[in-house]
Amino acid sequence: MTPAGSLLSATDLRKSYGSTPALDGASFSVHPGEIVAVMGPSGSGKSTLLHCLAGIVAPDAGTITYDGRDLTSLTDAERSALRRGEFGFVFQFGQLVPELTCVENVALPLRLNGVKRKDAERRARARLEQLEVDDVAGKRPGEVSGGQGQRVAVARSLVTDPRVLFADEPTGALDSLNGERVMELLTDAAREARAAVVLVTHEARVAAWSDREVVVRDGRSRDMEFTR
Amino acid sequence: MSIGHTLLGLLEAGPRHGYDLKRTFDETFGHDKPLHYGQVYSTMSRLLKNGLVEVDGVESGGGPERKRYAITEAGVTDVQRWLATPEKPEPYLQSTLYTKVVLALLTHRDAAEILDAQRAEHLRMMRMLTDRKRKGDLADQLICDHALFHLEADLRWLELTAARLDRLAREVRPA
Repeated sequence: MTPAGSLLSATDLRKSYGSTPALDGASFSVHPGEIVAVMGPSGSGKSTLLHCLAGIVAPDAGTITYDGRDLTSLTDAERSALRRGEFGFVFQFGQLVPELTCVENVALPLRLNGVKRKDAERRARARLEQLEVDDVAGKRPGEVSGGQGQRVAVARSLVTDPRVLFADEPTGALDSLNGERVMELLTDAAREARAAVVLVTHEARVAAWSDREVVVRDGRSRDMEFTR
Repeated sequence: MSIGHTLLGLLEAGPRHGYDLKRTFDETFGHDKPLHYGQVYSTMSRLLKNGLVEVDGVESGGGPERKRYAITEAGVTDVQRWLATPEKPEPYLQSTLYTKVVLALLTHRDAAEILDAQRAEHLRMMRMLTDRKRKGDLADQLICDHALFHLEADLRWLELTAARLDRLAREVRPA
């Protein structure tokens, strides 16, 4: 069963690595344009939940439904196409290709989808501008600050106009001020695009940018909306 | 927050009527908790009695008399002393939350449930402050940040306590 109107939902997910259970009956749902924070202690299973939801890791049991389709029944190629076309990703570290300039990095997902260079770079520049880092377009990742690099990564995650943005500790490597600016720009851009956001974080101040939080403990999830 | 000291500080900028003081206080500090008129007038009469303010003039129009207050030298010294004295950090073990958790354990209630409910409430407040900060000016941002960092510290304590409930239960329950 999927919660009414949800874009992406999962029910009773189970996943073990060897004999270690990472998910033990976790459920989740996010609606279009909604930002949901996934919180929990280290090793609680929150990143595994994100990887299952994004189709990167297949769960051992449970169902995942994206836009009415059963994600677990798709072929690898179909899941890859979905990740390239409809999902965006931001991680904590090492996402940008060091040999490419920032604008080429942002344009990369579009180029992989067959968009011509000129058009891809035009769209990439618009995203860089939205994230207030258009001044570093021609620089390589090694030549920009951590905060600028992360904004470039956010620009890249949004350049394909994804319907779901997966962000795993997106500010984990930044100081408070830069982290906050990244969250502000990320959530503004996502809300404007009506993209759903799955935001994994262990920081409450980052989670405070979300609409709702789900806490994962020992592989089980709890929607905090219903605890009050 | 000391309302007396705050009103005194506002008077340092120049003499004001009680009504003006209330309005300025509410606009600057009282977003969530505006002052009652009664609080303003009782505080002003206490400050007057202690020689920290004086009546600078009285206007009598059609309505009741309106006193205009000015800060005295003793008042300025008092504000200075208050500003220069650090606030006493609140000892956590005396907090209501700790009491609730221990009471829950002693009465064999679900302490984790209490912590989760508190956690949800804290995050709700943090969301509200984040939203206010997002829409506000720099002063709003600084005020909200201070509250956010404190709430975050509380939240960390809630998480740590949740992880240590079994041990706490063993320690507080009679053998």
